[in-house]
Order: sequence, then C-alpha cells, then structure tokens
Amino acid sequence: MPELSYRDAIRATLIEEMDRDPAVVLLGEDIGAYQGTFRITADLLGRYGPTRVIDTPISELGFVGAAIGMAMLGLRPVVEMMTWNFSLLAFDQIVNNAAKLRYFSGGQVEVPLVIRGPNGAGVQLSAQHSQSLEAIYAHVPGLYVVAPATPAEARGLLRTAIRGRDPVIFLEHAALYASKGEVPDGDSALPFGRAEVVRGGDHVTVVAYSRMVGVALEAAERLAADGIEAEVINLRTLRPLDVATVLASVRRTHRAVVVQEQWRLFGAAAEIAATIAEGAFDLLDAPVERVTGEDVPMPYARNLELLALPDADDVVRAARRTLYREPAPAGGRADG
Amino acid sequence: MAEPSRHEPASTGDGAGTAVATPPRQIRDPDDALAWYRRMVVARRFEEETERAFRRGKIGGYLHVYSGQEAVAAGFLAEMRDDDIFFTAYRDHAHALFRGSPPGAVMAELFGKATGVARGKGGSMHLFDVPRGFYGGYGIVGGHIPLAVGAAYALRYQGGDRVCLCFMGDGAINSGGFHEAMNMAGLWGQEGLCPLLVIVENNQFAMGTPVARSSAVTDLASRFAAYGIPAERIDGMDFFTVRAAARRAIAAVRSSGRPVAIEALTYRFAGHGAADLFQPYRSREDVERARGRDPILILERRLREAGLLDDAAVAAAAAEAEAIVADAVRFAEESPAPPAEALHTDVYGADA
Repeated sequence: MPELSYRDAIRATLIEEMDRDPAVVLLGEDIGAYQGTFRITADLLGRYGPTRVIDTPISELGFVGAAIGMAMLGLRPVVEMMTWNFSLLAFDQIVNNAAKLRYFSGGQVEVPLVIRGPNGAGVQLSAQHSQSLEAIYAHVPGLYVVAPATPAEARGLLRTAIRGRDPVIFLEHAALYASKGEVPDGDSALPFGRAEVVRGGDHVTVVAYSRMVGVALEAAERLAADGIEAEVINLRTLRPLDVATVLASVRRTHRAVVVQEQWRLFGAAAEIAATIAEGAFDLLDAPVERVTGEDVPMPYARNLELLALPDADDVVRAARRTLYREPAPAGGRADG
Repeated sequence: MAEPSRHEPASTGDGAGTAVATPPRQIRDPDDALAWYRRMVVARRFEEETERAFRRGKIGGYLHVYSGQEAVAAGFLAEMRDDDIFFTAYRDHAHALFRGSPPGAVMAELFGKATGVARGKGGSMHLFDVPRGFYGGYGIVGGHIPLAVGAAYALRYQGGDRVCLCFMGDGAINSGGFHEAMNMAGLWGQEGLCPLLVIVENNQFAMGTPVARSSAVTDLASRFAAYGIPAERIDGMDFFTVRAAARRAIAAVRSSGRPVAIEALTYRFAGHGAADLFQPYRSREDVERARGRDPILILERRLREAGLLDDAAVAAAAAEAEAIVADAVRFAEESPAPPAEALHTDVYGADA
C-alpha cells in the first residue's frame, strides 16, 4: 500500500481512468500548459494531448455546459473548477441542466460528469475565494456531492465518480492537497453514501467531512485525555447521506456534534442535526451541537480569518457541552 | 459559406417582411417538397390544437407555439441526416414533429401523460426524442447552446462525420451562454472538432422586446464574426431558401468540422406564450402584415406555380392534418397519467 499525497492520489486516479477509458476527457482553466493551479493535472497534456486535456477559456458557464453536452453523447468529462467559488458562474448549467436532464427527458439521456476542485478556505484568500458551497449543491436532487478527507478516499471516490452515470460534485480541499496517507493498490472504488467510523467512542458522536475530519480527530484526542471518548464519523459523501451510520452511533452515544467549515445557517450540519432529531430524538441526552464557520464573508486579515473558521477547540467545547461539562455560552450557542 | 465579414447587411428592422423574395426555381424533388408542405400544414394545425387544448385546461404550464416559423425548422431538419442530432429551446413542438416523433406522443407529453415523448416529465418545453437525434427542448434562454457545442465536440471526438444543429431564438443571442459557447465553438472548430450549425430563429421579439430594443447590433448574423464563425442572414419564411442554405451549411460543417451560423428572419404569429393574450408590444396590423408572408402559403404558392398542387390537393392536405391532429388529441386524452412511482424514477441512474 503506497503512501500518496491527496493531490497525487487524485492525479493518479485521473491517469488510471484515462488509460482505462478513452471516453474520459478533462476540461478546465489552465489544466494543460499551466499544469493546473494545484498541479493536479501536471504533465497530463503531454501524456494525452489537447483533444483529451482541454484548456478552456475563462467561461465556467460555457465549459460546464459543453461538458454536459459531451456527457449526453457518451463521453465522461471531468471538469476542473479552479476553485468551487467560480462554479457560481456555472450554477445554472449544473442545477438546471446537469442535475435534471435525466428526469425531464424521461430517462432518455444521462450526464456522467464529474466537476472537481478545491472547496473551502485557504490561507488569506478573502471573501470571494474561501467559500464552502457543499450545502448549496447537496440541496439539489440529481447531483451527488462528495467530499473526501484522505488520499485513499480521494482515489476511491473519484473512481466511483468517473465511472458513474450521474453528475458528481467532487469537493476537494486545498488545505488537504499536501496531506499524505496510505492508498490501497488496485481497483479500489469507494461507494457513495457509505460513511466511515474513523474512531470509536461511547460518549459523544462527532460527525464531519472533508478537512473537518482531521479537526474532529484532533479534538477527539484532546477529549480522550480528559476521559471523554468521542466517536468520529467521516461522512465522505453528503448526497447521498449515510443516515444509518450516523443514527446507529448517536443511538449508542446519545450525544452528537456536527462539524462543518461552511456558514452556520442552512448548512450541511443543520440537515444532519435535523436527521438526528428525526431518527434518534428519544435517545438524545443533549441538544445536537453544531460547530461551524462564522456567519460572515471571509475576512482577509489572518487573525480574523482564524476566528472565522472552526477549529479543534470549538469541537472540544461543543462535545463537552453535550456532556454538560461546559456551560453554554452567554447569549446562546454561538460557537463556530 | 460567406465569410464572417460578408453576411448580408442589416435589414430595415421589420424582419421577415423585408427579406428579398427568392426567384422561382425548379423543384428538384417534387414528392419530397409536397411531403414537407404536408408536414408544415400538420405542424400548424397541431399548434392551433395545442392552443385550444390549453384553453380547455388539458395542457398546463407554459405553451409556446411555433406558428409562423415553420419553414425554418422544416428547411433545416429536411437536410439533416438520420444520424445527425439537434438541440433547441422551448418552442419545440414542430421540431419534434418534423423529425418524425409521433404526433400522439408529442401531444401526450403536452397533456402530461405517460405515453408522452418524455413520459410526461418534461412537458411542452422539454420534448426529447433521442433515438431520432432530438436532444431536447430547453427552458432557460441560451442555456442549451453550450450543450450543443459540447455535443458537437463529442461527435467528432468519437469519429465519423455526424453534425449537431442548434436552434436558438434572437433573444438568446444576448445571453452569456451564447457568447461563451460560440467562443469555444470557434476555438474547437479551428481543430476541426466542432461540427455545429447554429440557427438563429429571429422572430423579431425576445418575448415582447423587439430586437432593436434588446440588441445593440440588430444584424444578428454579424455577432458571430467575433468568434470567427461564418454566418449569413436568410429569409426564413421561404422553405426553399431555408433548405438551400441548410444544405450548403450542413455540407460545410460536415466536411470541415467547423461551426457555421445562419440567421433566419421569421415571425411568430401567435403570442410569445399562452399567457401572452393581448400582445401590447405589437399591433394587430403588424401581425396581419406578417401573415402576408405566411411560410405555408409561400410554399403552397410555389408548389401551385410548379403545377404540383391544386385546390383539391390543398384541401386533402388540410383534411389529412385534421385527422392526424385529431388522432393525436384522442391518443393523448385516452393515455394514462404517469403512475405515482414515476415521481421518483429518473433522478439517478439505476446502478449509480
């Protein structure tokens, strides 16, 4: 089992899938000659040529729409969104065409399309380049929304995404690109909708995805030092959501903390908290806690940016609150 | 094809009425021409019936009828090969009929029935008939244009010489999707990887806003010059003119893998949609004047001049259309609504 970075795991998977299936083509801004803003597509232009590695103009609406048309005709385009922030320019294409074509055509066409790129905050990228847009896409039927936390997941989920029959919103995280981990050899596809319990524990369930899985694990270590055993669940995909794994854990621990980087209101954590309330209400010993980003556009100044993002401290405090070892903050639950 | 800089100069603005009349010519394939005449008569009768069905409450939602523009879709679809494909916007009933979709299945779709071309899930704006190369009607103005560019790329990527036609309205020419897509089409065409024919159906109005009030440059064919796409403007009311242009353009696209565009000047006799009852943006006289160049009557006159059509044949075509449309309505009426289970099918692929 070789150790790969998250970045190399994605790149290796693209190469494997392009070698395996000539229908796989790549489109995006600066993925060819420039080699990709995060070097995910380094050397791929040389390897596959400009017909399969298509440098696009700065036209998100246009090239996402074109990729949808390619997919309708049987290609398997993988679009690099330089960052997910720019996907808002293609939002109509993703929501009104990609997600719905199978349905409003009465099943006559399908859109095997992957759109991938970094989602979430970087370092001092400020308001327009730091957004976490997963809940916006997870709201839409017809899309899959995937958010790998490790190199192995990035590989396994990307493989499933490229081989699938429907549009996939593939959310990478720029802060994870350099992270390393063991990646299984061979044809390891990971199914969508299957969460992983990455750490067992009986006292509180912490649900996270993408970069927040690492934050949750760090918090769990610190809680353990204090005698609190947190169970950490890595969702891997938001749509479909593995409700069964979350509920099974919460029914045992009776307490839950949901962690997300994105804004608090109407976020993924709200959906997960509601799901827990619906499925485990009688078994809860405390209100479900949400740990989230602050409800503000991302500031530039580093100290303010750090205040806007959730960290392990926030998760520790939220977990302790569910165990009544920490007072609720004055003025209500405002952490994150 | 004309070079980008050589399209015809802008007309004086009232569109179809100013287009130059085409001189009489020999009709190459009389049977085929007559068949297209009959199809256009069916399409007109079909649309009249959809308007009636809408008033009867049989058709819901929006309804955009094609009456007045028939020669455009007919002329282009007549020149498509069976394995070619096309996309269009939401004024799409005639396109489906001309391509051979059963009138009953088209009407059933409008009636929201399980036997509709999209199993009752798309409705008037989203007709599809993929086995016939019809990749859909689309409801967001301009949103389908990038799809057609990508589809054209895929056709060439997969090999062979199939082409993609993309119909769009004059209103769509000011959408971002149009400009982004045409720039990519121009680029990909340089590599011979974009066999796309764009047809601007200029019916003079973006909903109720006249071209001159929505486009800073009203010569819409000239807009393609920015993307290196050859374009010309034609009279969209004369079936033979449209068809001749279509033949030239499709041959050029097929052989080169490069995009070509045609602006067809036409006119919509009906309102924009079923809710456009009073049409305050134009006068009754405007519509009457345009009806003087009704594409069906122009074709009828040409066929009469060629000795191919007489009063009896015109009456027979009308009677045939009446019967076809009556059958379509009966089929739609008698068809079952989609089963409740259909609500949740076709959201994702079965094994995904």
